[in-house]
Amino acid sequence: MPDIVQMTGIRKDFTGVRALDGVDFTLKAGEIHAVMGENGAGKSTLIKVLTGVHAPDAGRILLDGRPVRFHSPAGAQAAGISTVYQEVNLTDNLSVAENLFAGREPRLGPFINFRAMRRKAKALLDDIGIDLNVAAPLSSYSIAMQQLVAISRAVDIKAKVLILDEPTSSLDRDEVAVLLGVMRRLAAEGVAMVFISHFLDQVYEIADRMTVLRNGRLIGSWDTADLGENALIGHMLGREAAELEQIERVAAAHHVEDETPLAEAKGLGRKGSIAPFDLAIRRGEVVGLAGLLGSGRTETARLLAGADRADAGTLEFDGKRLTGHNPRTAAARGIAFCPENRKTEGLVGDLTVGENMILAMQAARGWARSVPPARRERLVAEFIAKLGIRPADPDMPVKNLSGGNQQKVLLARWLLIEPRLLILDEPTRGIDVGAKADIQRLVAELSAEGMSVLFVSAELDEVTRLSDRIAVLRDRELIDVLETESERTHERIVDTIVARGGHE
Amino acid sequence: MSSNGNGGRAALTAGLARVRRSAYLKRLMWPLLVLAALIVVNIAVTGFDFILPSVNDGRLGGAFVNILRRSAPLLLIALGMTLVIATKGIDLSVGAVYAIGAALACQMIMESGNQSSLGLVLTAVALALAVTALIGAWNGVMVARFGIQPIVATLIFMIAGRGIAQLITGGQIPTVDGSSPYTRLGRGAILTVPVPIVIAVAVLVLLALLTRRTALGMLLESVGGNPEASRLAGIRSKGITVLAYLVCGLCAGLAGLIGSANLASADANNGGLWIELDAILAVVIGGTSLLGGRFFLLGTTVGVAIIGTLDDTIINVGLSSQWQFTAKALVVFAVALLQSARFRAWILGPFTRGPSAEAPPETDEPKEVAAP
Repeated sequence: MPDIVQMTGIRKDFTGVRALDGVDFTLKAGEIHAVMGENGAGKSTLIKVLTGVHAPDAGRILLDGRPVRFHSPAGAQAAGISTVYQEVNLTDNLSVAENLFAGREPRLGPFINFRAMRRKAKALLDDIGIDLNVAAPLSSYSIAMQQLVAISRAVDIKAKVLILDEPTSSLDRDEVAVLLGVMRRLAAEGVAMVFISHFLDQVYEIADRMTVLRNGRLIGSWDTADLGENALIGHMLGREAAELEQIERVAAAHHVEDETPLAEAKGLGRKGSIAPFDLAIRRGEVVGLAGLLGSGRTETARLLAGADRADAGTLEFDGKRLTGHNPRTAAARGIAFCPENRKTEGLVGDLTVGENMILAMQAARGWARSVPPARRERLVAEFIAKLGIRPADPDMPVKNLSGGNQQKVLLARWLLIEPRLLILDEPTRGIDVGAKADIQRLVAELSAEGMSVLFVSAELDEVTRLSDRIAVLRDRELIDVLETESERTHERIVDTIVARGGHE
Repeated sequence: MSSNGNGGRAALTAGLARVRRSAYLKRLMWPLLVLAALIVVNIAVTGFDFILPSVNDGRLGGAFVNILRRSAPLLLIALGMTLVIATKGIDLSVGAVYAIGAALACQMIMESGNQSSLGLVLTAVALALAVTALIGAWNGVMVARFGIQPIVATLIFMIAGRGIAQLITGGQIPTVDGSSPYTRLGRGAILTVPVPIVIAVAVLVLLALLTRRTALGMLLESVGGNPEASRLAGIRSKGITVLAYLVCGLCAGLAGLIGSANLASADANNGGLWIELDAILAVVIGGTSLLGGRFFLLGTTVGVAIIGTLDDTIINVGLSSQWQFTAKALVVFAVALLQSARFRAWILGPFTRGPSAEAPPETDEPKEVAAP
């Protein structure tokens, strides 16, 4: 197959940091090519160079054998390179059809032919296998559906090269299947695709080839069949891939001694968000919350954390019934909460790494009693080292860090106040394997030291590996708590969810 | 490794602190350059008398000192405005609050028998400041407690405030005897330095200490930068927001006192008219974003100096006073463009080669053609 894209010797620097260092990348017509690497490895930068967001500092790009240099994403798009980003890049309040054809509307003289537009939109979506009311505003559909609309739009623009940057991170299983199906069909039609995803199973299912980057350098390109999962992780991490296994042993060796609950919810609930539930969290115990997207995982965590107000039931902490439970009183009692969405609910992007880390401690002290600078510097340096935050610069705005490092900053904020109950909502979502392993190991260590942890994750493997007990949710209801070790398996959780669905 | 690492880390921290300071200076650079340019123009036209202070009657004078003296009320208001803008808010009521402060103090002094009583003046000042602080706090409560948009919440007092000032003065313009100690707030001098300048600088230093020596500054920036994250981190964001508006009201009231003391009268209709817009301009020129978050008190101060110098410059270069608004708009336009990284890249692009100034020189590869 002919090479569609050939990038050679690509270099890109950002104010002293070399993001890409002499990277070569080749994309063949009709292939699905996964670009793999930890966060900060240079995947996004490579894509942004290809799509004209960044101009390379050195190196050349050939498209169909001709040298090109894009100065804007529009230029790249005109040359046939379309991108679908992790965050949906469409207009919420326009209809599905308008979004699909924005900027290239079918016309009737000077006017837009809405009827033709809706007809063409319907045909396009039917073709791809999704059934939507094309006249409805885009915002009336889930993020997953919006993502598929964005992909449909990119597909219809007749792209030669389609770049999919984490397109599946907000999709459920069926939607992923639809998406992968669409990708296969496009590949058969000769479209070359770059696929970036943290889900290894999806990568192995769909990708023909893989290119691995690490620290801005090219590690190599392989056919998927020639690169086993262990070897891939080894290349991505550049260290022994057995780390994830070690965590399992740590968790297995750990037993909960104290049977008295640290936190106990009785009939705690909130209308429209989670039905009243009972749940106890013992000292030094990791309780996992498992369930599908929208099952009420986050809502449960938020009620326990005091982020949302409960309208039913009671919550006891350390034997005392909590009244007026809110984030501030929660923190004062030693309940820490890392919310699901780091950027919008967790971090303050403009503030520095150090400022973000000190925020909860400072909030507890009030504005008048500043944490002494020397103590603050020491604590921040200590936690940067302890959690392996990179770059280890306390004065860098936190928005410039990669996702995994941002998550570590958020964790550090709460570990600084030495909480007794740590509530983590999807702490490993969208972060690289290395940071994921770091965070999982940390959770195991903290619980071994006596901290109680409520761990929410969409990844069942992670929940089963770390948790002492697992609460299973479905349709905004806590349906079961799996207590024994033999119960805490991937299969058992899925069975529980499915069985409950069968009854109703 | 550890001792070695610590030494390295200390050096690194020091280096980074330097970088950060220079980033702060960089932010101040464009406003400072504009101010310097204005001063140079004035010196070119009127000679060095413009910048050199002179001492008359035991009081500093001279063109530039007078500019600073006249700008003191604006500086006070702009400093308060900076804190409010840092919370993602805005306070449109400061001009009206200025008028209320001025009206309260002048009316009370005028109505009393003995205008030269120091006790009376102090009481009047305290009352005016208490009332204006209360109005500021009210604004803050409307925004923080009831979730009313800042522009709407403060618009209420922007309109009502002048009415209240008129009610206080009964529609008249209260005047204060030139002999009353009150006028010293605007006309007096301490160790030859005009009192308005002393007060404005004192407030600047006080606010800088209050925000940067305590954690108030960081928490303000956190609340303005990401309100929800701040709430979940346990910050009392309502209290901090109310405090910012309270300080803003207090500053506006103090500005009103200085302004009316200088004139020895309080005009409910025209005192501090449109000063809120100049204050917002000064904040923006100083580098604080209207989106909230990071704020720069020193930048605001430079912004005020630019606005203050501008009025004199127009007269000095021989333009008629009708030019005042247009010229001000042009200078603000220039500062805004200079502060825009995109504009600088566009205008300097042909000279620097490459999109980022930090990019190393390009390799001598053949020039590539643009995409078809």
